Amino acid sequence: MEHTCAIQLKNITKRFGKVVANDSVDLTINRGEILSLLGENGSGKTTLMNMLAGIYFPDEGEILVNGKPVTIASPKDAFANGIGMIHQHFKLVDVFTAAENIVLGLEEEGKLDLKAAAARITDICQRYGFSIDPNKKVYDMSVSEKQTVEIVKVLYRGADILILDEPTAVLTPQETDRLFDVMRNMKADGKAMVIITHKLHEVMDVSDRVAVLRKGKYIGDVATSETNPQALTDMMVGHAVTLNINRPEPKNPIPRLSVENLTVYDAMGVKRLDNVSFTAMGGEILGIAGIAGSGQKELLEAIAGLQNISAGASIQYRAIGSPEDAPGVQLVGKTPLQIKQAGVSLAFVPEDRLGMGLVGTMGMTGNMLLRSYRKGHSIFTNRKAPRKLAEDVMERLEVVTPNVAFPVRRLSGGNVQKVLVGREIAQEPSVLMTAYAVRGLDINTSYTIYNLLTEQKMQGVAVVYVGEDLDVLLELCDRILVLCGGQVSGVVDARTTTKEEVGLLMTRFKKEGSKDE
Amino acid sequence: MNNKKEPLLRIAKRDLLPWYKAYGIRLAAVLVSLVVSGLFIFAVTKLNPVAVYEAIFDGAFGSPRRSWVTVRDTMMLLCIGIGLAPAFKMKFWNIGAEGQVLVGGIVTAGLMRALGSSLPTPVLLVLMAIVSLLAGALWGIIPATFKAVWNTNETLFTLMMNYVAIQLTSYCVALWENPFGSNTVGIINQKTKAGWFPRVFGLEYGLNILLVLALTVGMFIYLKYSKQGYEISVVGDSERTARYAGINVKKVTIRTMAISGAICGMAGFIAVAGSSHTISTSTAGGRGFTAIIVAWLAQFNTFVMILISLLLVFLQKGAIQIASQFNLNDYASQIITGIILFFILGSEFFINYRVILRGRKEAAK
Amino acid sequence: MISGTQIIQLLQSAVVFGTVIMFGAIGEILTEKSGNLNLGVPGIMYLGGIAGLAASFFYEFNNPDPSPVICLILSFAAAFLASALGGLLYSFLTITLRANQNVTGLTLTIFGSGVANFFGGSLNTMAGGVGQISVATTSGIYRANIYNKVPSLGTAGSLLLSYGFMVYLAIVVAVLMAWFLNRTRTGLNLRAVGENPATADAAGINVTRYKYAATCIGAGISGMGGLYYTMDYIKGTWANDGTIEALGWLAVALVIFATWKSLNAIWGSYLFGLLSWMYFYVPGLTRSSQELFKMLPYLVTILVLIAISLRKKRENQPPASLGLPYFREER
Repeated sequence: MEHTCAIQLKNITKRFGKVVANDSVDLTINRGEILSLLGENGSGKTTLMNMLAGIYFPDEGEILVNGKPVTIASPKDAFANGIGMIHQHFKLVDVFTAAENIVLGLEEEGKLDLKAAAARITDICQRYGFSIDPNKKVYDMSVSEKQTVEIVKVLYRGADILILDEPTAVLTPQETDRLFDVMRNMKADGKAMVIITHKLHEVMDVSDRVAVLRKGKYIGDVATSETNPQALTDMMVGHAVTLNINRPEPKNPIPRLSVENLTVYDAMGVKRLDNVSFTAMGGEILGIAGIAGSGQKELLEAIAGLQNISAGASIQYRAIGSPEDAPGVQLVGKTPLQIKQAGVSLAFVPEDRLGMGLVGTMGMTGNMLLRSYRKGHSIFTNRKAPRKLAEDVMERLEVVTPNVAFPVRRLSGGNVQKVLVGREIAQEPSVLMTAYAVRGLDINTSYTIYNLLTEQKMQGVAVVYVGEDLDVLLELCDRILVLCGGQVSGVVDARTTTKEEVGLLMTRFKKEGSKDE
Repeated sequence: MNNKKEPLLRIAKRDLLPWYKAYGIRLAAVLVSLVVSGLFIFAVTKLNPVAVYEAIFDGAFGSPRRSWVTVRDTMMLLCIGIGLAPAFKMKFWNIGAEGQVLVGGIVTAGLMRALGSSLPTPVLLVLMAIVSLLAGALWGIIPATFKAVWNTNETLFTLMMNYVAIQLTSYCVALWENPFGSNTVGIINQKTKAGWFPRVFGLEYGLNILLVLALTVGMFIYLKYSKQGYEISVVGDSERTARYAGINVKKVTIRTMAISGAICGMAGFIAVAGSSHTISTSTAGGRGFTAIIVAWLAQFNTFVMILISLLLVFLQKGAIQIASQFNLNDYASQIITGIILFFILGSEFFINYRVILRGRKEAAK
Repeated sequence: MISGTQIIQLLQSAVVFGTVIMFGAIGEILTEKSGNLNLGVPGIMYLGGIAGLAASFFYEFNNPDPSPVICLILSFAAAFLASALGGLLYSFLTITLRANQNVTGLTLTIFGSGVANFFGGSLNTMAGGVGQISVATTSGIYRANIYNKVPSLGTAGSLLLSYGFMVYLAIVVAVLMAWFLNRTRTGLNLRAVGENPATADAAGINVTRYKYAATCIGAGISGMGGLYYTMDYIKGTWANDGTIEALGWLAVALVIFATWKSLNAIWGSYLFGLLSWMYFYVPGLTRSSQELFKMLPYLVTILVLIAISLRKKRENQPPASLGLPYFREER
């Protein structure tokens, strides 16, 4: 098949302050082809595509559409050039219907005719093989329905160059398959497609060509048929990864956290955790795997006292050093403060570091204070100890910051995570829970975190590690608990299991409460 | 499409500016605004702006009496600004200071009328202070509770509470009218001066200054060094982080608004017992709104609030002087205040952002 | 007991009073639909009132035989322009210079009331004293009504046709506004800007332009409330009594009461008018308890505010990004 060139990027550079997000990137996108844009988190994939979508404007470089240089200063310019992007975070108005969202921003002649729009939407859906109700309000839709609306929106505008930013992150495998079918239909229709992803099996499955970015730089492209996951990984990370995470044998594993019959409903009344039971042992790392949104966040938050737990659940905590037969502390029914006051030493590194774990406007000292400010009877805070701790963390974990008073939200992602992990470990916890602890971090920082967790494990701490990268889970953890649709679909020994087995468990139950047909 | 390579102007976030540069920009904004105000005065009156600014200075500090009035009114505005600081630091938009001041004023005036002849002044003063604190706190707690429990929009709620308080004031004024038909309450206890602030250090407004400066220092320490102040900062930055750290966000919201309202109520007490000795809807006189601007511009630093309050009151007093001296009306002060505030508000942009002209590369750091 | 005549009088007062705040509220609804919470409404109504009055005053002052048509056009255009300029100032500060919306709005209220009362005072001085401003011709057009010419229309006529044209204009504007917001492309886009500006931006809508336009036109409409107040309500004079400010805040309250729907603002404004004047007709009220009666519109608004936050019906909520700034290239 002969591919005509749809877009050429030449020498594109984009900076945010001192951070170079894209460094002289060249890229070609062809019609009738699905291109995978592959790279680790933070490699600049989304930034690059956002410049095609008119969200960002390049600092340097040139964009050619159909061979002609163009200026894309706004999303409108992007549409005018036939470019449509489906963002990772959906850009939909909740109180509007599907049809209203789809016609939004269009400059058509004549009055607003939502009925005619609905007819055209149904038409598009039939052509490529998906279905939506044009009159359904977005706030009533499932994630996959919202994504469909996004895709139809772009097609409705006559886009023939489609960019999908990590479209499968929120989908079930069945939904993913259906999406890939739609993408193949669109390719057959002569459209140029770009899928941003870091999942290798999807790259191999759906794309014709792969372009790789690493740390903002363009590494190269290969035809999918002429490559394999190992070669792609090499391109992505720069050298062959054998992870080689140091994994000592668990030392004297005794139960630290026993969870029984844990059920959690969210504010909208949707069941997020369904009768979850497991035990985390001291001296081991318990990995938690699952596709995004399977209840990982709710599980950790429930243990930390941040979720409404349905009746009948029990979470028993046993501190390091307490006799094995001593009754544990019951965490269910306690607020985070009561948990703390009961003498429980529970460290929690949440997924949203700046939005939940840290105070962005404060410096390292102020953030160290978050766990300890209540100490003492004085009405005033004692800043001496936290300042000392901040300096220790800064030195030990090599946090790059001008000083301990510098607002942490202005630090890079890796440094933010070091501050957070440093503080949590300093509590000398008996249980340490982490959610996506290495997301967005470079390889070196990731290893620093792995080593810290292993160090904790060897001190008898029960480490709970929620992760998304199966390779890491298999090499770092001792046991892996797999969540699927809020249920435990299995607990496996990380040393003997395979990626395939875990992958299968991740999709074993059909997701309850999801609204797919 | 179009041939233009890139937009004419682009905006990029600055790295943190050193404090002296930031204040330099603000100072420049004030100077430019004074020039613009001068041009405005010249355009309207054809008066020499320099003569007008001299008159403004004369109006604010031209005599000891005028200076004292300027100081007294500065303390009043400052007091309300201090009250608002903790709420704003928590990112709770308390637009209701006007009402909180008035309810504080109402209870003060009421007690002064009712108990002026039966209680000795020191006891009465303490009683009035406590009750006005409670009244202001109540006015703050009501919207805070709804915000904390049902997430009711606090900007609009506190705004409405102002007008409830204003009508309540009108009600009391009609109820306590003296003399009949004047539609005012008159000076309360004019002869006995019962419940009036005594002179302190021989100064007429000594007690006003003492109370407000104590609050200034106290609030500064409270916000910066106390555990509760720390909690306020955390809630203001991220409620989820606060919950994560075991902070009871509802409790902190309600407690902080109680403090905020109480201090505003205290301002009402100072206004009635320490200065006007009467109550009317102009006891707050829009200061509740002006103080919002004071608190916001000072970014919760109570010492910076002293400067901003002084600047605003200085202009007001000056404008009244211009009005009488040049036969204008004193609403000119509101215009000048408006112009200056517009410039200061606009100048914040240049502290936080850089504007990059087309074709110009970003300077290498 | 209240007599029939009194009821008619009360209803008439309610309509006249309601019209002032209806204009203010409809303009503010347009503004808030774009996500801008403009607390400068009182200031803007002041600007509209004084500009309309000043324009017609100078015209009538310098022309012994003023043309009613020119009077109308002049006052109308001046009021709209001055108010829209207020909106422009607010937009420039909050949208372009990214200043805080609440603080900017409050400053605009201070500034607008200063400008209006400053020039209003000067006009009074020029005219020879308070109440001496004469814009008889202009005020005459604003106050002309059908019922006066055809009194035989009876009670219905006096209830429905005894008002100046602005009363009917307000209703027309409210209906047009509802049509615009709900039935047109531009209205749909505008609502998207107020709900979720990032989404609107991604859909190719120029968020900045929409916000500017909605805020300036909204301010222009709000300013009509001030114009109607000076020309009809107080019959073409000026008084530095702060009434416009109180009415302006009532207009802000009405936006909440109407749950951001301009059709609700029609009956809401008359209800507010009724609540505000009822004290006058309820027998046996002392002067002090009358003041408590005037509290009712605010109390009712608070109740509505609480009710919508309790019921959480999606369609009744404020625009989701109301009061929040939007900058695209931020991360």
